[in-house]
Amino acid sequence: MSRLIATRRIASNIFAPRLATRSFCNDAPVTLNNAPSGIHIDKEHEDEERFSNDVPQHDIAIVGGGMVGMALACSLASMPLTKHLSIAIIDSNPALLNGPSIKKDDPPDPRVSTVTPATISLFKDIGAWEYVEQHRHAYFDRMQVWDYTGFGYTRYNARDADKDVLGCVVENKVLHKSLLSSLQDKDIKKTIYSTRLSSMSLPTRSSVSETGASASKSLANLAKLELSDGTNLYAKLVVGSDGSKSRVRELAGIKTTGWNYSQSAVICTVEHPAENFCAWQRFLPAGPIALLPIGDNYSNIVWTMSPKDASNHKIMNEADFVKAVNHALDSGYGPRPDSRVFGGDVFSSFFRPNVTSSVNEGFEPPPKVVKLASDKMAFPLSLMHANQYASKRVVLIGDAAHTVHPLAGQGVNMGYGDVSSLSDVIADGVAVGSDIGEVTLLKKYETDRKTANIAMMAVLDGFQKAYSVDFGPLNILRAAAFNGANVFAPLKRNIISYASGERRLPFMS
Amino acid sequence: MSGRMFTRSLCQLQKLCTSSGVKRGVVGALRPGFHDRCYASIPQPAAASVSSLNQAELAKFAAIADSWWDAEGPFKPLHVMNPTRLAFIRSTLCRHFGKDPFSVRPFEGLKFVDVGCGGGILSEPLARMGASVTGVDAVDKNIKIARLHADLDPVTSSIEYRCTTAENLVEEQKKFDAVLALEVIEHVADPAEFCKSLSALTVSNGATVISTINRSMRAYATAIIAAEYILHWLPKGTHQWSSFLTPEELVLTLQRASISVEEMAGFAYNPMTGQWSLTDDIGVNFIAFGIKNSE
Repeated sequence: MSRLIATRRIASNIFAPRLATRSFCNDAPVTLNNAPSGIHIDKEHEDEERFSNDVPQHDIAIVGGGMVGMALACSLASMPLTKHLSIAIIDSNPALLNGPSIKKDDPPDPRVSTVTPATISLFKDIGAWEYVEQHRHAYFDRMQVWDYTGFGYTRYNARDADKDVLGCVVENKVLHKSLLSSLQDKDIKKTIYSTRLSSMSLPTRSSVSETGASASKSLANLAKLELSDGTNLYAKLVVGSDGSKSRVRELAGIKTTGWNYSQSAVICTVEHPAENFCAWQRFLPAGPIALLPIGDNYSNIVWTMSPKDASNHKIMNEADFVKAVNHALDSGYGPRPDSRVFGGDVFSSFFRPNVTSSVNEGFEPPPKVVKLASDKMAFPLSLMHANQYASKRVVLIGDAAHTVHPLAGQGVNMGYGDVSSLSDVIADGVAVGSDIGEVTLLKKYETDRKTANIAMMAVLDGFQKAYSVDFGPLNILRAAAFNGANVFAPLKRNIISYASGERRLPFMS
Repeated sequence: MSGRMFTRSLCQLQKLCTSSGVKRGVVGALRPGFHDRCYASIPQPAAASVSSLNQAELAKFAAIADSWWDAEGPFKPLHVMNPTRLAFIRSTLCRHFGKDPFSVRPFEGLKFVDVGCGGGILSEPLARMGASVTGVDAVDKNIKIARLHADLDPVTSSIEYRCTTAENLVEEQKKFDAVLALEVIEHVADPAEFCKSLSALTVSNGATVISTINRSMRAYATAIIAAEYILHWLPKGTHQWSSFLTPEELVLTLQRASISVEEMAGFAYNPMTGQWSLTDDIGVNFIAFGIKNSE
């Protein structure tokens, strides 16, 4: 590490005098231009000057106008200290320009997010929640998690945590559209570049000291983005919200840590005979299957299984698939956990004051699936974490910084958490007159979010590992944990507030 | 604990001695005797304009400016501490001048002077907050570094940097709405005279902001023993404990210079988060805001 720094410093010392020579030629009096080299350099300089005057400059360039990128734009646009910032959004998705049309009667898209109360309050703050409420969305106030062995189950109820809801399931396209509509309401300087990022050059010490004249010097201190349609632009801060295969992350040279699970998720929309108001999750030998209410009589399925099974299920016909889903949710693998093996009654008599209100609720079988209502999609599961979230003039948010598997639907909420934190950090920076691309400032965001994200990832990874092992004693422990969680109110309250994004570290209150 | 001990002008001097190869001279200059000269009334030549420099000089200053402003470099602790000082300045001065705290440029239309501006680490944010800033430093090299860096951003290029002293500005009969001298007073020969100069530069009902290190045992342990002798963050002899002022002494000295201190805060470093915050504990580093009495 220290050697690397030393090398960099030496390099900049070596280059500085040479580059300074060049800039001096630029400032040299006209008479010197008789020398051929002088003419050449002077011309080059003029070209550069003319060129740079045409290149747009922005305060912030958001690369990737997906849900998280748009949420950042909205959030910046709705805070008094950041609404003056000029924002560029770089994304080739035509929906950013036209606005997607969402028909209410269409069956729900299988790509959904389980947004937590913390995310809902962010959406309310930035004026996007009212648009979400105009479209299909499903609040749920109950959650039942159980195990195929039949040993344990737990039910979470919003009233255990003194809340009205545990979360809300919304289609990603609805979230995206709502953010777009809310951004359109705002009076900010925004430019949408409907193209892709092809390359990026970040200021280095030598590039800053290299340029001579003051006009191009101030540009050399900014990040320069080259887009694939040939447009160039400068920005004080580049935000990479361009997903798990982030180009910004790659161009900034930020490394990642992660692994693939030998698992895939199958997602789709299904239909029930009646409306569903509860989130269901059952742990099976190959991974969990989740059934999330999405409004009307529809539910969303996220089903984790081996990649081979996933491709089989993807091509399966509707009748067989519906049968397989019902088998996985209820009738297959093992008995319903209707008897309490760990003596819940004994516990309740000892800990009467602490006993939760939902402890007396018995196990409830999940609703029957009658119909497949969308295409089936399958994608491999992986966990990835960027080693840094911030460097000079670059910051990563959302999936570009961290990707988790969809268990518990936390991925996008982590992204929205990044958005709140980053916009607060930028506002604080503006308040004290910082350069918003300054690394000291951006590291505050990194410190704030890394802890929260890593804790969440560790919990989810641990969950995944615990449930991907089918081993007798472990199953009993799991069941014990479930029953324990079901009986003790404080623990359950912690789990709920953690899963709903209001608590940073689990189980430590 | 690190950043607590860095003072702006000293950081630069330290940097100068490592990069320009004049180690002995500069370490000597760090001793209080040097500052005696700095703030005495010996006129300093005005800073030469950048364009008249020779090439090697410019390259050298460019290299120094880059590492002085390298947020991940040797001055990282100072960069981390800066927003905390600015938060105090913003909140006290917004209240004093009746400015909107949610404004992006609350100090628009106000004239500030940053005495002992060093590389401009305080002047630049003040300029972004809308103030018309004059930065003065007795060390010519600091002024050149500050000038080069301020030119990188069109907003900060409006800062006027001058190689001069507070006393000279008084002689020129300059007046400012706010006078800021952060981490400077512990290096001057005669704090009372220095405070009088600051007061003379402040308009009636204007503001004065001073930060320094307390003459406490804790400051002795952290700012001198730890920073200079154990961790070698600063050259030995950077700070003379006996020349530190206690908050009470600073208040009295300012009072005699017709500035009444209205608010004071301490800085606390949290080694777990690496962040500084404002606190009520003025045991080591502290900052004071005062108002010039109307005559």
